[in-house]
Order: sequence, then C-alpha cells, then structure tokens
Amino acid sequence: MQPVSLRNVSKVYHLDAVEVAALNEVSLDIEAGRFTVISGPSGSGKTTLLNLIGCIDRPDRGEVIIAGQAVQDMKDDALSDFRARHIGFVFQNFNLLPVLSAYENIEYPLLLGKVAPAERRRRVRELIDAVGLTGRGDSRPGQLSGGQRQRVAIARALVHSPALVLADEPTANLDRQTGAAIIALMRQLQHERGVSVVVSSHDPQVQAEADTSIHIRDGQIVDSEAEVTA
Amino acid sequence: MNARALFSLALRNLLRNRRRSLATLLAMIVGLTAILLFGGYRANILYGMQTGFVQQSGHLQIQRRGYFLDGGDSPTAYGIADYPKIIAAIRNDTTLAPLVAMVTPSLRLGGIAGNFAAGVSRSVMAIGLVAQESNRMLAWNDYDMVSYARPLPLAGADEDAVVIGSGLARKLQLCAVLNVPDCSQAPAAAKAAETTNAPDDVLALSAQESAQQPAAARNRIEMLASTARGAPNVASLSVIEAKNMGVKAIDDLYMAMHLSQAQKLIYGASPPAVTAIAVQLHHTAQMPAARTRLEALLGSEFSAEPLEVLDFQTLNPMYGQTDQFMGSMFGFIAVLIGVIVLFTIGNTMGTAVMERTTEIGTLRAIGLRRSGIRRLFMCEALLLGAIGSAAGLASALAIAYAINHSGWTWTPPGYSYAYLILVRVGQNTPLLVGSIVGMIGVTLISAWWPARRAARLEIVDALRHV
Repeated sequence: MQPVSLRNVSKVYHLDAVEVAALNEVSLDIEAGRFTVISGPSGSGKTTLLNLIGCIDRPDRGEVIIAGQAVQDMKDDALSDFRARHIGFVFQNFNLLPVLSAYENIEYPLLLGKVAPAERRRRVRELIDAVGLTGRGDSRPGQLSGGQRQRVAIARALVHSPALVLADEPTANLDRQTGAAIIALMRQLQHERGVSVVVSSHDPQVQAEADTSIHIRDGQIVDSEAEVTA
Repeated sequence: MNARALFSLALRNLLRNRRRSLATLLAMIVGLTAILLFGGYRANILYGMQTGFVQQSGHLQIQRRGYFLDGGDSPTAYGIADYPKIIAAIRNDTTLAPLVAMVTPSLRLGGIAGNFAAGVSRSVMAIGLVAQESNRMLAWNDYDMVSYARPLPLAGADEDAVVIGSGLARKLQLCAVLNVPDCSQAPAAAKAAETTNAPDDVLALSAQESAQQPAAARNRIEMLASTARGAPNVASLSVIEAKNMGVKAIDDLYMAMHLSQAQKLIYGASPPAVTAIAVQLHHTAQMPAARTRLEALLGSEFSAEPLEVLDFQTLNPMYGQTDQFMGSMFGFIAVLIGVIVLFTIGNTMGTAVMERTTEIGTLRAIGLRRSGIRRLFMCEALLLGAIGSAAGLASALAIAYAINHSGWTWTPPGYSYAYLILVRVGQNTPLLVGSIVGMIGVTLISAWWPARRAARLEIVDALRHV
C-alpha cells in the first residue's frame, strides 16, 4: 500500500482580493519506506503539498489518500485521530512544548493515543537512546541545543510508529554539521523502522540523501522520480 | 490525554508567565476577599438583627387579626382574652413542643409618664411582660452573636417596678437618681420658666426640699393610661433602672413593667387580656413548620377569636428592608468585581492564546482534537479559579480574623450605642460556597471565548504564526 497518493489536487489561497494557486492539479504516488525530498523555490507550493499530505490542510479539489484512506472529506476529529495514529511531524523550528521535558515531549503523542504507561516508558526510553539523548530526558527544550531539540522532535515524530513522517525544512535552523547529523539520524531511523519520510527542503545535502526527489515549481511538479500521474 | 497529564500541562502553562498569572490571581484574590468580607459583614448585621428581634419578640407572634396594622394604639380592642389556654395548648402540642423554646404573653400599651416632682411628663410606649420568661428569651443565640441584651431587672422586683429607656430617663429628669451614664439632661421648659419667675428664697427652699427627699421616692413616676372602658387610670410606678435600648427612637419612649401591672392599668377589675403571645423557637429554620402547626391549632381549637400568626420579619419590616438594601449592595459589588475578574482573566487567557498560537498548531498537527485545545485552556482557567479562590478565601479569613479581634466599633444610623464591627466569613457556608463557585464560574466563562478561539484556529495558520 502506498503511504501517499494524490489525485488532481488543487489548492488556492485567497489573499485579500487576490487568488494564489498554491497547487494546481497535482497527482503523485510515494512508495512506502522511501526517503522522499520535495524541493523547489520559495512560494513554489512545497509546504502546501506537505500540509496536504500531513492532513493539516484540505485541498480545494482532488483526492488525498494517506495510508490507504481518502482524507479530504474526513471530519475534523476523525482527521485529528488519523494524524495521531499515522503521521509524525518534524518542524523547521522544532515546535517542542517549552513547558515539557524532552521525555514528556516525546511521550505526548502516546498520551493522545492512550498507550499504557509501561509501554509509554519503554518506547520513549528506546527512542531517547536511539536519537542519542540518553541522560537528557529531563531537560527542558530551553536547556537543549538546536540539534538536540531537533532530535527530540524526531523522536516525538516516531514514537507512535506512524506510517509516514513529514519534515518541513528540518535543517533550516541548524548549522551545516548539525544539519548533516540530523539528516543522517533521520535516514538511519527511517531505514531501521521502515517508515516513509517526506522532507521539504532547499538544502542540497538533504536532497543528496533522497531516495526519491520531487521538484515543484508554481504549484506543479516539474521533475520527479516518484510516480507522477499526469 | 488523561486528566492528570492535562492538569499538569495546564499548571505548567500557568507558571510559564508567572508575573502575568500572579497579577491575574491578585485581581481574583482582591475581588473574592472583598466579596467575602462584605458578605460576612452583611451576614453579621442580618444575624445580629434577627437575634435581637427573636430575643425581644420571638420568631412568631399570635395577635388578634388587624392588631399589627391598626391596633397599636388600641390594646383594649385587640386583646386576646384566652391567652392562658392558648399558651397551654402550644406547650402541650406534641408537634410544637419540641420546636418551641419559649411561649410568653405580652401587653403593649401607650400612655403618659410623669415625673411630677420635676414637673415633666412624656408619652411612652410600654410593654407588660412576664419578666422571667422574657429574660429566658434573651438567652436565644443561635448564631453565636455578640449579644447586647441584658436581662430585665424586673424579675423578682416589686409589682410596681418598671424599667425605662435611658432617653426617657433623660426626658423625665431621672438621670441622676438612676445613675444613667453619659446622660446630660436639659431642664424641662416648664420648670425652667417657673424657676425663672420664682423669688430666690422660694427657689432655695425648693432645692432644699428636693435634696431632702429620699432616693426611693425620687425614682417614682406616674403613668396615665386609658382603661378598656375609656376612663383614665393612673398607676404610681417605681423606676428601678434605665436601660439603653440601642435605637434612639425606642430609647426615648420605652417602658417595661410586669404584665400584671399593665393589665391592672388597662383592664382594672375586668378580665385581663394580652396583645400578643410570643413564640420563640429553637432554630429559625423551624419557622415554616411551627407556623403551619400553630395556624392549624388556632383554627381548630380557638376559632372563636380572630387570631393570626405573624413572623418576626413581618413584625419588624426593617429586617426585610435591611436585607434587601444590603443584598442589593452585595449584588452590585459582586457583579462589579465579577466583571473586573471576567475581563482580567479574559485578557490573560486571550494573551496566552496569542502567544501560544504556534504551540496550538503543533498540538493540533500531532493529533490533539479541537476539544482537547479547548479543554486545555479551560483547565488553565479552572486552575486559576481554584488557586485564586483558595488564596482569596485564605486572605478573607485572615482579614476577617484581624477585624474581629480589632475591637473596632461603629454606631449604625439611628442607634444610640456603638456596635463591634464583626464579619462572619468562616461560619457562613452559603456565602463561602456561593462566592467560590461564582468566582470559578466567572473564570470559566471568561476563558470560554479565548479557549474557543484557540480551538477554532486553522492548523496551518497557527503554525505560520510568528
């Protein structure tokens, strides 16, 4: 089953009286267990595409199928539950909850999924070790470096074993070396867990790691190794 | 997300901006303290008034129909002749007996009291009562109030003994002989006129005669009243004490005497009657049950006499008026404070939503439902309300303790002596529960709109927020 399948998806934003077509009749399929990178210039529509794949936005037209389910017409609560089960997010600004420790940030999706406490502990500890933050679980985000925060965010995105992890410019706020380490970590975890990862990035070192590259411009896919249905 | 995790997150969010949370809490604490202190002060006044009225005239009174409205100056037309039987029936009634603390008759009468030695006379409102029973009624103190009531010294005194108000003593020129404190008596106008025109030797003789008069004789006054048949009747009375009645208007007119003396003055040799039978209950809450039974008893066994049962609120309209006045003031203050707290918390929560927009987007993205966001902010408000209420309650109790032990006094309008300023906060469960529930309610209402706004944010817009 393909984790992501888009059919003739369009999305228009209304900025005052002006209509901006962010995506125009986009169709694509992303294969399972691949590290897919979406690239393109600013304003090309890659974040919109990622938002639609992540089910945090809805298309104006077309069909979005994630993990085998058409999501574009799902009710809001059902869509929230769907995201909690099937999708993990890594954000450019890490977006950790500052009042929670690293451990609690990673644990949060499991609380939403009502996972039993013992199982939560096991999974969180395993991921803390996996992302190289052993011994830093009690630290608040403010006490961690940018790279460490992004590691926490990656652990949070993976802790509930989603089918799909989406990362929007995950290295944009990191120095080159830390960015490379983060991409290497994502790659490693993606391999180990067989999860599909879709990354939106300008960063050439991220693009270099891609199993599949999608280039987008003016709301349309112009170059892709993924299967594109015209 | 379980409740523990939710409250933990809510509490940490509150602690995130401690200064703002503290300022919000301070508004709540000041507001709740003000409400509780004023409510406690109001309760103290009302309980004090109720205690005073119940001590003096009981919870319920049986009167001849129409006496309360029209019969005040005509005791003879509204007398209850069968009063001993009615009192016995009440005392023997199996329903009423456990409720009743005291049943006692009284006879109110008007007349003119004169101190002819001093050449002065004044209108008086007198009451004839059974002194021992009236004194026992003064012991009623269901609310543990500071009681200003002192027993009448009529119990065991001679048949002609009377107690008068200190204001009346002043008007009757009896301050010196009765040792009334703080009593500056002006010479009566008639006496003054008389002495101005008299020769010096006559004045000296008069002063000498007056000084030689025995003290026992100098406290005697005459009371002129109208009998049941309309004839004037006079009784020579011995004033044994002047008593400050608290309210000046009453203090200037008050006279208490033995019931038998009052009956002799009004009814002479005719069968005696009373104008009221006071029924004092153990607790005010028993009033509806006692009243129902009393009306049934009077209707069945004493239907020949047109009697009615009046409660202390009807007999003392000032109680209801004070309650209403202070109630409206309390309501005004509560609403004012409620609105201030409403906007303060609304502003705090609104700012929190704005500051945490990106976080809201993140939580929604990773799967928290809109209702979860709403619940999170409502939880924060609930915690604010609970902490603010607890701190406000503690503050009010501490200030109430300080006030109650300060010894501060004030003289209410129309009163002739000062009362201790007391506030009943801790002992007033309805006030405590009402104020705290109200404060938490206001907190939740004020958080509702920001919480709704947070829950309705579009995820992509929230994540884009800077």
